[in-house]
Amino acid sequence: MTAEPLLSLENLSTHYVSQQGSRVVRAVDDVTLSLNAGESLGIVGESGSGKTTLALTILRLLPPAARIVSGRLVFDGEDLRTKSDSEMRRVRGKRIAMVLQDPMASLNPLFSIGDQVGEPIRVHEGASRASAWQRAVGLLKSVRIASPEMRVRQYPHEMSGGMRQRIVGAIGISCGPRLLIADEPTTSLDLTIQAQYLDLLRDLQRRHALTLIFITHNLGIVARMCNRLAVMYAGRVVEQGPVARIFNAPAHPYTQALLGSLPRMSDERERLTAIEGQPPDLASLPPGCAFAARCPMAFARCAAEAPPEFTLGEGRTARCWLAAPATARAPLSAHAVGGEGGAHAEGIGG
Amino acid sequence: MSVTTHPTAVPAPAPIAFWRLKGFPLIPVLILLLIALVAIFADVLAPYDPEIGSLARRFRPPAWQEGGSMAHLLGTDHVGRDVLSRLMYGARVSMIVGLAAVLFAGVLGTFLGIVSGYLGGWVDQVIMRLTDTWLALPGLTFAIFLAAIVGPSELNIIFILGGVYWTRYARVIRSEVLSLKEREFVNLAIVAGCSRRAIMWHHILPNVINSAVVLATLMLGIVIVTEAALSFLGVGVPPPRPAWGLMLADGKKGLMVGYWWLTVLPGLCIMLMVLSANLLGDWLRVKLDPQLRQL
Amino acid sequence: MKHYIARRVGYSLLSLLLLSLTIFLFVRVTGDPASLLVEPGASPQDIENVHRQLGLDQPLWVQYWQFIASLAQGDLGQSFYYRTPVLDLYFQRLPNSLLLAAVAMAFSLLIGIPSGIIAAVRVGRMWDSAGKIFALLGLSLPSFWVGLVLILVFTVWLGWLPSSGSGTALHVLMPAFALGWYFAAAHMRLTRSSMLEVLGSEYVKLARLKGLPEALVIGKHAFKNALIPVITLAGINLVVMINVAVVVEMVFAWPGIGRLLYEGISFRDFPVVQGVVVIGGAMIILVNLAIDIVYALIDPRIRLAG
Repeated sequence: MTAEPLLSLENLSTHYVSQQGSRVVRAVDDVTLSLNAGESLGIVGESGSGKTTLALTILRLLPPAARIVSGRLVFDGEDLRTKSDSEMRRVRGKRIAMVLQDPMASLNPLFSIGDQVGEPIRVHEGASRASAWQRAVGLLKSVRIASPEMRVRQYPHEMSGGMRQRIVGAIGISCGPRLLIADEPTTSLDLTIQAQYLDLLRDLQRRHALTLIFITHNLGIVARMCNRLAVMYAGRVVEQGPVARIFNAPAHPYTQALLGSLPRMSDERERLTAIEGQPPDLASLPPGCAFAARCPMAFARCAAEAPPEFTLGEGRTARCWLAAPATARAPLSAHAVGGEGGAHAEGIGG
Repeated sequence: MSVTTHPTAVPAPAPIAFWRLKGFPLIPVLILLLIALVAIFADVLAPYDPEIGSLARRFRPPAWQEGGSMAHLLGTDHVGRDVLSRLMYGARVSMIVGLAAVLFAGVLGTFLGIVSGYLGGWVDQVIMRLTDTWLALPGLTFAIFLAAIVGPSELNIIFILGGVYWTRYARVIRSEVLSLKEREFVNLAIVAGCSRRAIMWHHILPNVINSAVVLATLMLGIVIVTEAALSFLGVGVPPPRPAWGLMLADGKKGLMVGYWWLTVLPGLCIMLMVLSANLLGDWLRVKLDPQLRQL
Repeated sequence: MKHYIARRVGYSLLSLLLLSLTIFLFVRVTGDPASLLVEPGASPQDIENVHRQLGLDQPLWVQYWQFIASLAQGDLGQSFYYRTPVLDLYFQRLPNSLLLAAVAMAFSLLIGIPSGIIAAVRVGRMWDSAGKIFALLGLSLPSFWVGLVLILVFTVWLGWLPSSGSGTALHVLMPAFALGWYFAAAHMRLTRSSMLEVLGSEYVKLARLKGLPEALVIGKHAFKNALIPVITLAGINLVVMINVAVVVEMVFAWPGIGRLLYEGISFRDFPVVQGVVVIGGAMIILVNLAIDIVYALIDPRIRLAG
C-alpha cells in the first residue's frame, strides 16, 4: 500500500468504565485497520462484539462512560484524537457521516423533512434557510424520492420506512462526506426495499466517490457491497482482508463458523446463532484467545495466551494461533478442546 | 407436587444488615426512629400537659430569645401552652394517624388490587372504574368532603384517609398481579389444584407485599401532609388536641406580630418526618422493587 | 379512532356517574342527610320539610335519580350562608382561582422545566443531585406551611408584600408561589425523565452525528419533544391546582374556589362543600378526556390502533 490511507486506526482501544472504576468493559480492544479512499469495508460480528462502538469511536461520539484509552485514529491525514470537541463537530456530518439502524426513529417527528435534510448544510456551510431547502430538494431527488418538492414539506410520519431510510441516507451525503459509515442500515426494512436501498448506496458511492464502512452481521450484504472485510469478536478484529480471499479461505475458526452459518442474502433477521455457546463477558475476558471456549479447533495454547495479529499476505491478518507462521506455531495438540471441528470445516465458503 | 406445598417465585431472602447496604438513608431512618420514640414516650418526655396552658404565660418566645426562659424551651402559644410538649404529643398524633391510615389504605387497596387483577372480568371492571373515578378527585378535596360529612375526630381521619388513598395501592398492585398471573409458579399451583382463594393469598400476595411496603412508605408522607392540612382547616383532629396541623392553625394568630416559633417549628417537624419517609421510600423502591422505579 | 374516542367518552361518562354515586352514597349512608342539608339550628319542622323536599322517604334509587337529574340541570342547591345557588357562587369565584392557578403554573414551569433540563443534561452530576433534593423538598413541604413562612419573611420581617387579600399584582405573588412550589417539583421530575428519554433517542443521536452544536441538539431537537408530556401534565395540573388551592387560599385569604370550600366548611354550608367537590371531580375527568382525545387526534399511532 503506497497511497496514504483515508482512515487508519492503530491499536485503538475504547473501554467502558463503571462509575466506581471497578468494572472495565473492553468494547473495542487493540484494533488496527486502514482504509483507502473509495474502498468499502464490511465490519461483521455478533451483537455486542464492538462494531457500533468502533464506529462511534471513529466519530468520537461515545456515551459518557466510554473512553478511547489508547491508539491512534487518523482520518485524511489528521489525528482525530487530538481534536477539540468543536473541531470534531465540524468533522461529523461534513467529512464523516453515519447512517443509523432504525429509520423509523432516526428522524425527529416534530420537524419537516426539508428542515432535517437541510440542517447539516446550514450548520456546516452557513447556507441560508432558503438555499438549504433547495439543496434538500435536490438531495431527495438524488436518493430517488418521487416529487421531492412536496416531500420536503412533509413530516416523518407521512413517509414509509424505505422512504425514511433513504432520507436518512440523504442527510448522510448532504455535505459531501468522504467517509460514510452505515450501521446495519437495512435491518428493519423488508426484502425488496432492502435490495433497493443497497443499490442506492452503491450508486451513491460511485457518484460521490464515497468511502464506505458497512456494519452488519449479514455476510451476504458484505459479499455484495464491500471489497474489504473485518470480522470482530469480543471487541477485537480477529480477521481482516479482501472479501474474496477471506470468503475463499477463511483463516480464523470464527470466520469459518460465520461463513458456515451464512444465511441467505435476503434474510437479515436470522442472527448469527449457529455457533454454539455465548460470547465472553467483555468485563472479564479470559487470558487467552476470547474465542477459545467456543472454538472447535482450540488447543492448549489458545486458552493460555492471546494470539497476536499475524499477517497473511497483502492486507490480510488474523488473530489465531493456527495462522501463525510455522516457526511461531506450537506443536498441534492431538486433543482438540472443542472437537467436532469437521462439521464446521465442511461449511466453509458457504 | 402436593397441594400443601406452595410454590412461590421468591425464595426467602438471606438476612442482611440493612444499614450496611449501599445508599441506605441512615439519617432519615434515625429521624423517623427518633420521632417514633418521642411519640411513644411523650408522657415521660414532655415537660407540660399539652392541652392546658396558662394565659399569664402566653406567647413566650423560645429560651434563647429575648424574654424566653428555660421553663419553656421552645416558647408558648396563644393560650400559654408549652410548644415543646405539644410538638412531642403531636408526633404521637401524626404517627398514629399516619401509620394507621397507611395500613388501612394498604390492606384495602392490596386486597382489591389482587382480587381485581386475579379475577379479572366484571369484578376487575367495577373496581378499576371506581379506582379511576376516585383517583380523579384530588386527595385533599375528597378528604375534606368526607370529613365535612362525618365530622372531626382522630378515628374518623384514619378512615377518611384510608378511604381516599387505597386507590393508589389498588392500581399498582393490580398491574403487578396481571404480570404475576402469567408466571410459571401460578400455573403450577393451578395444575396442582389450588383454589383461586389459595392462589391469591398464598402465591400472589407474598409476591406483591414488597410493592405494598414501598408504596406504604411513600404514602406515609402524603397522608401526614393531608392530615396536617385537614387539621389546619379545622376538619381534622379536633382542638385542643396537640396535632401539628392544628398548631399551625393556632400559630397563624401570632404570625402577623412575628411570633415565628409557632409557625416555623410545627412545620419543620412535618417536613422532617415527610422528607425522611420519602427518602426511605425512594431507597426501598430502588432496592426492593425495580418495577416501581417509574412511579 | 372513532371507536377509541367513543370508548373514552363512554368511560368518562361512567366515571362521572360513579362520581355522583359516590357523593350521593356517602351523604346518604353516613347518617341523616337532612342534618347536613338544613341550616345549623333549624327546627324539627324544617328538618321534616327537607325530608319531604328531598324525598328521603322514597327508595334510594329514586333519590339517586332525582340527585343526578338536578345535577344534570346544573342545580347544585342553594348556599345557606349566601342564599344564592351554589353554581353562581362557583362562577363568581372561578376567575380568581384561574388567575391564581395561572400564575402558580407559570412559577412551576419557569422553575421546573429549566431545572429538569439541567438535571437531565448533567445526569448523575452535581446539578442533578441538587435537582433531586429540590424535587424531594417540593414534595415534602406542605404548601400551607410554605405560605405561612413566606408571610413571615416577606410581610412580617421584610414588609415587602401584602399578606392577604387580592386586587394587585403583588397580592398574587406569594399564594401563587406557595401553590406552585409542589408542582414545580413534579414538573421538574417529569421534564428530567422525559428529557433523558429523548436524549437517548435515535433522532438526537442523528442530530449529533450531523455535527450540530450541542445547544442546537438540546434546544431544538430534544427540547420540543421532551416538552410534550410536560405540557400535558401541566394541562391536567392547572385544573388540579384550582381544586387543591384550598389551604393556600385560606392562608392568604384569596377569594377563589378553595376559599369558597373553606367557608363552606367553616359555616357548615354543606351544599357549597358538595358542589365544589362535584364540579372539581367532573372538571378533572373531563380534562383527562379532552387530553386523550387531543392525543388521539395528533398521534398517528393511537389513531391507527383505535
